[in-house]
Amino acid sequence: MRNLLRGRLGTAAGFTLGAVLLLGVAPAVLPAFSLGLLGKFLCFAIVAVGIGLAWGRGGMLTLGQGVFFGLGAYIMAMHMKLADASLFGGTGVPDFMSLYGSGEVPGWWEPFRSPALTLLAVVLVPGLVALVLGLAIFKRRVKGAYFAILSQALAAAFAVFLIGQQATTGGSNGLNGFRSFFGFDLKDPSNKLMLYMIAAVVLLLALAIARQLMHSRLGELLVAVRDQEERVRFLGYDPATVKTVIYVIAAVLAGIAGALFVPLVGIISPADVGVIPSIAFLIGVAIGGRATLLGPVLGAVGVAAAQSSLASTFPSFWVYFQGLLFVLVIGFMPGGLASLPAAVGRWRRTPASASTPDAAPPSSTRPAAPDLPAPDPEAPDPAAPHPEAPDPEAPDPAAPHPEAPAKATRPEEVSR
Amino acid sequence: MTTPTLLPDGEPRAGGLRHGRPKYLEVRDLSVSFDGFLAVDKVNLDVIQGDLRFLIGPNGAGKTTVIDAITGLVPATGSVNHTGTEILGRKVHQIARLGVGRTFQTASVFEDLSVLQNLDIAAGSGRGPLQMLRRRKAVEPAVEEALEIIGLEGAADKKAGILAHGQKQWLEIGMLLVQNSDLLLLDEPIAGMSQDERAETGALLHRIAASRITLVIEHDMDFVREFATSVSVLAAGKVLSEGSVAQVQADPRVQEVYLGTSKTGGH
Repeated sequence: MRNLLRGRLGTAAGFTLGAVLLLGVAPAVLPAFSLGLLGKFLCFAIVAVGIGLAWGRGGMLTLGQGVFFGLGAYIMAMHMKLADASLFGGTGVPDFMSLYGSGEVPGWWEPFRSPALTLLAVVLVPGLVALVLGLAIFKRRVKGAYFAILSQALAAAFAVFLIGQQATTGGSNGLNGFRSFFGFDLKDPSNKLMLYMIAAVVLLLALAIARQLMHSRLGELLVAVRDQEERVRFLGYDPATVKTVIYVIAAVLAGIAGALFVPLVGIISPADVGVIPSIAFLIGVAIGGRATLLGPVLGAVGVAAAQSSLASTFPSFWVYFQGLLFVLVIGFMPGGLASLPAAVGRWRRTPASASTPDAAPPSSTRPAAPDLPAPDPEAPDPAAPHPEAPDPEAPDPAAPHPEAPAKATRPEEVSR
Repeated sequence: MTTPTLLPDGEPRAGGLRHGRPKYLEVRDLSVSFDGFLAVDKVNLDVIQGDLRFLIGPNGAGKTTVIDAITGLVPATGSVNHTGTEILGRKVHQIARLGVGRTFQTASVFEDLSVLQNLDIAAGSGRGPLQMLRRRKAVEPAVEEALEIIGLEGAADKKAGILAHGQKQWLEIGMLLVQNSDLLLLDEPIAGMSQDERAETGALLHRIAASRITLVIEHDMDFVREFATSVSVLAAGKVLSEGSVAQVQADPRVQEVYLGTSKTGGH
């Protein structure tokens, strides 16, 4: 019981700390430009939370999250284009359509004039697409590398499709030049701050949902499906249903992240949704630790921050660095940086007691133990890392999630 | 709701229950072919609730394939009737929901989850979406009882992956119990076990079999002699002989193909 209480309090404290850092400290200390960048990284982090669930917990190597990210983003971008056209142009026709197209708004754009429908579609369209895809794929027992290839091919096809539609989706230029967001002027710094705040709150909500899912019965079943899909059938479950549910949740998170990305960054183009961004989403998750709650978030933000700072200094160097990082993590630390504390702990304990196969601390028998940086009296203060450039080792203070390191030691899992 | 009683009164006996309307497994003309090779050839089997039937036979006789066919893992022709319900042709998870449970030669528990979580998942295929989205709080009475029956109460919070080999097999049997299976299909449950573990497993089977239809694949003849109430001998995909241990051992055909002693041995 005391364990449970401490776990609950720890979680609450962890979330409060996260909220204070994201909503209080970051806006206070960061200049507007950096805050905007951080907002963009937070969007990637929201996608990462979904990938962490689907890949880390569910074993589905989602190489095509760019599709769902893009769906959410383009829906939001279409609404903002239409709203701008009505507000500033008066004609109600987005500028690029008059330039490249017939000057008429296609019928399938029309629903997105309505703000309410747009918000609904941002959630529903990625969700429904994932539902149909998920049922089609998982009921046919497509899994492992085949699922990964299939989802990646989808991302490629989606990008190619967008590029081909110069007159209706802006082609390879994408949609950009937005001036307002639901009536708010995007140039106004206080509105930019508001956008950042929304992204931060959505990320915290996504984390709360992911945490609840991980510790629910569904989350336990998901791990069972990941490790022994066939065995689960003999217990009376259809693993396809479980996987589809999680796939849909990951897709919805990606869609919402895309919708937030557009007003924060000011552009969405096929280059943001294709194969390369889809892989980039994954790299952060792998580096941070895919089976943990916070690992994907910190990994995604860390990699995105490193990219934006390194890419501006050495533009051609970043891609190699990213590849190298990925190879190193997959090769030597399949559990990501989140598995580092456990690995260090094991390495320290080895001389003393080589016989303990269980890496988890003996006191935390509850598997749903602290996976937020809960203030732990023995551990150093986790509040130290600056939110803009989060130390990738930030999950250190939190005790490692007991399930993460064990999972992490299976390299073959990576190829799934 | 009353407290669940996973443990029946009494012991299994040959022929199963003699009163009331016992549950039964009726296999008729079950055939499985792999690319033209008949692994199971028109097998007929009848097992009544309360009987502890052992399925023996030389390697490659098709024993595991019979279980695979009954549980829907491999496509088969013929008929498998579980107490009035035809189960052949359904999907694996649907068959499991009809009360058919099985274990595997290599214990396949969820190694990353605790013993308690393993049992909780096994007990939960009927849970609704809302229950699935909530956290597991209390231990269900059936799970608690199963933990006691399989002797793992002390290991409830341990990861299943670190259990001893024998304990994993017991955990699988426990999962069958909480899964509420009334037809148990056990594939070599004592393979790789120590003598003590074998004895305990045998005793465990005897405790649970009186109210269930139990079919056990086994190689170890000592174990069969000690614990089987009835035996079916399978060879080259066909049922060769059926009856008590003594009866099948006396059957010259069985001696020939399975026990290796030929008729000319002169006993």
